[in-house]
Amino acid sequence: MTNMRSDIRFLLGNEERRIENIDPQTTVLNYLRLDEHKCGTKEGCAEGDCGACTVVLGEVDETVPGAMRYRTVNACIQFVPTLDGKQLLTVEHLKSADGSLHPVQQAMVDTHGSQCGFCTPGFVMSLYKIWLDGGEDDRGAINDALAGNLCRCTGYGPIIEAARASGGAGINDVVEQSRRKDVADRLKGLVGEGGGLEITHPRGRYFAPRSSDKLAQILVTHPDAIILAGGTDVGLWVTKHLKRLDPIVYIGDVADLKSVEVRDGDVHIGAGATYSDAHGALGDIAADLGELVRRIGSRQIRNAGTLGGNIANGSPIGDTPPALIALGARLVLRMGDVRREIPLEDFFITYGKQDRAKGEFVEKIIVPKPAGSSQFRAWKISKRFDQDITAVLGAFAITLENGAVSDIRIAFGGMAGTPMRAKKCEAAIIGQPWTDETLNTARLALADDFKPMTDMRASGEYRMLVAQNLLTKLYIETTQPGVATRLVGKAVSHG
Amino acid sequence: MGETREILAPTTGLNGGVRSASKHDSGPKHVTGEAVYIDDIVEPYGTLHLAPGAATIAHGRITRLDLSKVRSAPGVVCVLTADDIPGANDVSPAHTHDEPVLPDGIVQFYGQPVFCVAAETREQARAATKLAEIEYEELPAILSIDDAMAQKSYVAEPHVMKRGDSASALASAPHRHAARMVIGGQDHFYLEGHISFAIPQEDGDVFIHCSTQHPSEVQHNIANVLGRPANAVTVEVRRMGGGFGGKETQSMQWAALAAIVAVKTGRPAKMRLDRDDDMIMTGKRHDFVIDYDIGFDDDGRICGADIQFAANCGFSADLSSAIADRAMFHTDNAYYLGDVEIRSYRCKTNLVSNTAFRGFGGPQGMVAIERIIDEIALTLGLDPLDVRIANYYGGEGRNITPYYMTVEDSVLPELTRDLLKSSDYRARRAEIEAFNAQSPVIKRGIAITPVKFGISFTTTFLNQAGALVHVYQDGSVHLNHGGTEMGQGLFIKVAQVVAEEFQIDLDNIKITATNTGKVPNTSATAASSGADMNGMAARNAARTIKERLVAFASNHYGVDATAIHFLPGRVRVGDKADISFAELVKMAYLGRVSLSATGYYATPKIHYDRETASGRPFYYFAYGMACSEVMIDTLTGENRVTRVDILHDVGQSLNPAIDRGQVEGGFIQGMGWLTTEELWWDDSGRIRTHAPSTYKIPACSDRPDDFRLELWSSGRNVEKTIHRSKAVGEPPLMLAISVHRAIAHAVASVAGHKIVPALDTPATPEAVLKAVARLAATSAVAVANSASATGTAGNDKVPAASGAGMVGVGAPQAGV
Repeated sequence: MTNMRSDIRFLLGNEERRIENIDPQTTVLNYLRLDEHKCGTKEGCAEGDCGACTVVLGEVDETVPGAMRYRTVNACIQFVPTLDGKQLLTVEHLKSADGSLHPVQQAMVDTHGSQCGFCTPGFVMSLYKIWLDGGEDDRGAINDALAGNLCRCTGYGPIIEAARASGGAGINDVVEQSRRKDVADRLKGLVGEGGGLEITHPRGRYFAPRSSDKLAQILVTHPDAIILAGGTDVGLWVTKHLKRLDPIVYIGDVADLKSVEVRDGDVHIGAGATYSDAHGALGDIAADLGELVRRIGSRQIRNAGTLGGNIANGSPIGDTPPALIALGARLVLRMGDVRREIPLEDFFITYGKQDRAKGEFVEKIIVPKPAGSSQFRAWKISKRFDQDITAVLGAFAITLENGAVSDIRIAFGGMAGTPMRAKKCEAAIIGQPWTDETLNTARLALADDFKPMTDMRASGEYRMLVAQNLLTKLYIETTQPGVATRLVGKAVSHG
Repeated sequence: MGETREILAPTTGLNGGVRSASKHDSGPKHVTGEAVYIDDIVEPYGTLHLAPGAATIAHGRITRLDLSKVRSAPGVVCVLTADDIPGANDVSPAHTHDEPVLPDGIVQFYGQPVFCVAAETREQARAATKLAEIEYEELPAILSIDDAMAQKSYVAEPHVMKRGDSASALASAPHRHAARMVIGGQDHFYLEGHISFAIPQEDGDVFIHCSTQHPSEVQHNIANVLGRPANAVTVEVRRMGGGFGGKETQSMQWAALAAIVAVKTGRPAKMRLDRDDDMIMTGKRHDFVIDYDIGFDDDGRICGADIQFAANCGFSADLSSAIADRAMFHTDNAYYLGDVEIRSYRCKTNLVSNTAFRGFGGPQGMVAIERIIDEIALTLGLDPLDVRIANYYGGEGRNITPYYMTVEDSVLPELTRDLLKSSDYRARRAEIEAFNAQSPVIKRGIAITPVKFGISFTTTFLNQAGALVHVYQDGSVHLNHGGTEMGQGLFIKVAQVVAEEFQIDLDNIKITATNTGKVPNTSATAASSGADMNGMAARNAARTIKERLVAFASNHYGVDATAIHFLPGRVRVGDKADISFAELVKMAYLGRVSLSATGYYATPKIHYDRETASGRPFYYFAYGMACSEVMIDTLTGENRVTRVDILHDVGQSLNPAIDRGQVEGGFIQGMGWLTTEELWWDDSGRIRTHAPSTYKIPACSDRPDDFRLELWSSGRNVEKTIHRSKAVGEPPLMLAISVHRAIAHAVASVAGHKIVPALDTPATPEAVLKAVARLAATSAVAVANSASATGTAGNDKVPAASGAGMVGVGAPQAGV
């Protein structure tokens, strides 16, 4: 095992940075504004929900020689050490040396896409990512790319127009490709073949191993460590709850945890894979699963957040667990060299408590391919369609034979202290003819499964009623295919 | 100099005069991150960072305030409490003396700042606030409008507007309808939160960069808090990252704290609120409860109305009196109400003090009357649009508002005609009915609503503005005025006015930060009046200089003044000279002519007697109309807007691109208020929607795919406003009421348009599902009753929902 480094190495635009002696929980946003005095990137909320701090991260694409991968993230909840080995691009880097605006910047000016201008740098960076990918004309895809950027002034029209008007980097643009190859080479040279990062700072320690074996070893030594993946939850512990995290063990650089593989139709998702990484494979399992992933957070959040984190933090309103439970997903946990595999639903013991021992970590999630005749449906109910936290999430895997329900798995989020199966409801349905009467019985049974709470997202009454109505929706969709039942989600886009 | 000629198109040869679609002056700086907001200003050495420490109860007496651990925390330099305020402990904007900088003994809402920490870093200041030990003796808290009404808890006296005998009119009306509507508040969610940055000056003076729409009031309040004269305080605002009314009065407290620390320590002091603190500690749009009783005839014409408003003002008065008044002024929206009585109660509660928000109470008044019109239509089985048209202000006898102002400038008949045609409303409404008949789960709805919005501050003395224009020797111009730039494009519009006046290209004009040292005693940039008033003041300043230049040229060349013309980029002096503006300026300078002038403007014609609730509070009205189409999911209550057609009257636009941005952005913001934006407090009076994770403003995909916006081409202000334009900041927000009404239309389809949906705001999925469930249950009862009467069994296969206390719709058509 190569020794771990203590300096954080990355490119800020095209300038090399080697940073030592930084508090490892310094956010990228604070680093940019306070240390680099680059104040173009704004703080709007410090929780990854408004997008004013959007920056683009570039990483070497290991699958294509000389290629780079780019993604947008929220700088306000990313910690500086996670920049190691990457290129950080901000709104300051887009203008040409001769002072001319980048095409996305020019388009924003031309379409009157800025009013107060405070959200604008973040939008520019999301548009820049669209541009890097070759441009986009489709409204749905533009919505998805911009869902994580809030604008309170324009009503978005001019910004959508700018997205369409700015075009994109040509796939065969020789200059652009050569620029990317140059960056990739520099990044490789910068970090070399090292064994990751180990930072010891008076305010906290930080480990970023590069292999799961090393990760397992570190966690055995530091069983109380905070495991950091995308930081889309942990980041808020720092910015909102002012917590000290020590030590932090970052799994985002663990190469073998980032894989998304299909084996015998089952999808094996490493705990370090982001939602964006897993989106395509999950969408292939079931259209509704893909649509569900599309509606998790925003593009910036999906580019950072992981399925593993969504599960491991045990939130009762995490979006993936109910769907994965309905699909019969399994979890692989590891401590040291010992692995165990459990049904996902068994992982959630009660609110705030999961079946994970100290020093143990979620290694991967296995999502089985649904059996041939099984149908999967999932609905996320929230106040806003995009980038909202769920009030109720209902997920259903149903198998019908000769008009009767031979099998059904139902799981809900937002209805209890953990993501949970509706077992009484399932029992009321299995083996019954799929009729109005069974539906009625099932609706009533649901009220025995859950006693949902009232909070700012929804009342307990509404949650129960919607959960019951989702059963009805399932019934209609599986028995009357001609009936329109959805306002969103008919088309599933990946990204 | 007389009234200028009217200009119907941009002046040929002039780059950036009025009516040109000039780009926002800060556009290139916004997109590169080079635009400097207050938090981006390079900090002088020694800058301190402030953080507020919040109360954790809604109402109570502080019995112990131990800040010793706060004071000894790392990096802490000083900690302020009420005892540390050198002058008056008061930042109330309307001289009500009910809003302390920091409370002296009594906490009045959950989250109220009790103390303030100044530390070397912001992180240290925030961390230290958590170390306070505070004990309270809790007092009863009033947390709802109903409780406040029951206890007669008010921040100001109730107010009444009355015309005729509403009781008799109601008693004799052919039809009568009474109901209650609950209207939610709204957080401004400007992307830049509140920030103040105070830099100490000599003599104990202070210079403050403040994100405020009202620099003069910040100046006067801070002077008062410091116990100093106004000339000891200078406030500057280059730009805000959004305002929307939220920075009209709510900046005071933060500016005061920063100023106190700066003066006390001799170090620069910056107070930037965290988003959560901003949403917890600053006021919002008032939520209202409205009770109404309406009498109307067979055509849906209103003949009598009794309308009672109760506004949740929070713990202090702030601007609530004027806001509640404006709700009353807009109770009528576009309609003649017959004999009417409007009562308004300004409720005092133990919640954050509510404040100005785009529309300033007007939207709440209008959303109620628009629901009322729909309910009349539903009762009579008419198309709501026809009921709207029947009630429009008309000629003699039907053109007096409840506050006795004659409506002289209505363009709604023409706007209605044009929008009906461009939106194809009638055919689409019929098509939607057909769709709904065959779609059991998804229902569609459509509605047209008008906007008539009064322009002027209803507090008459506020309708004044000042400007300062310098012309330098090279012909370049320095422009300053009392209006503030919060993104709305005020600076570019006023610069266009000056460019037009001098006939010079826009890029010769330097737009400068609003500064109380340059133009004093200004009014807030509010009430949509920014361009109307500051544009006029700047034009007057430019004209003063122009008159001097004309007099100089006339004398110098021996040419009659009437033969001197300012043409694009040059000045023609009879047949004696044709020179550039810069050449004339240089000559005038050498001829010892003053090239600097102030300009002033006071809005004419307006007067209002609040005692009798009568007069002409508004110089004119701004008009617009919108047609919105929506879809709802009757199983979940989810809803979305699918098409919008807008026709809006901005008079003769100063800048059509900027105006379109205001209309479009205002509409989407109004749509958010009426749909997804829900404020939610728990039982302890603590707001739980205090961040974008829990408070949902519209996102990109919420903008309807099909959005058709036109500035009304026939628009022209009948009053002599700046280049006959109309104010555009607030009115478009209320175009979004059409969305709410369209949702109600879709909901009503569930019961065959026989039952009033009684939809409140915001129309969240929960609110819509509740309305749908109530209608489905009511109509199911009606069906069951009629079925049993005829002896036939209902074929209603509704799975009986059992949501505790809530009747489920459960798709009545399921299984059909």
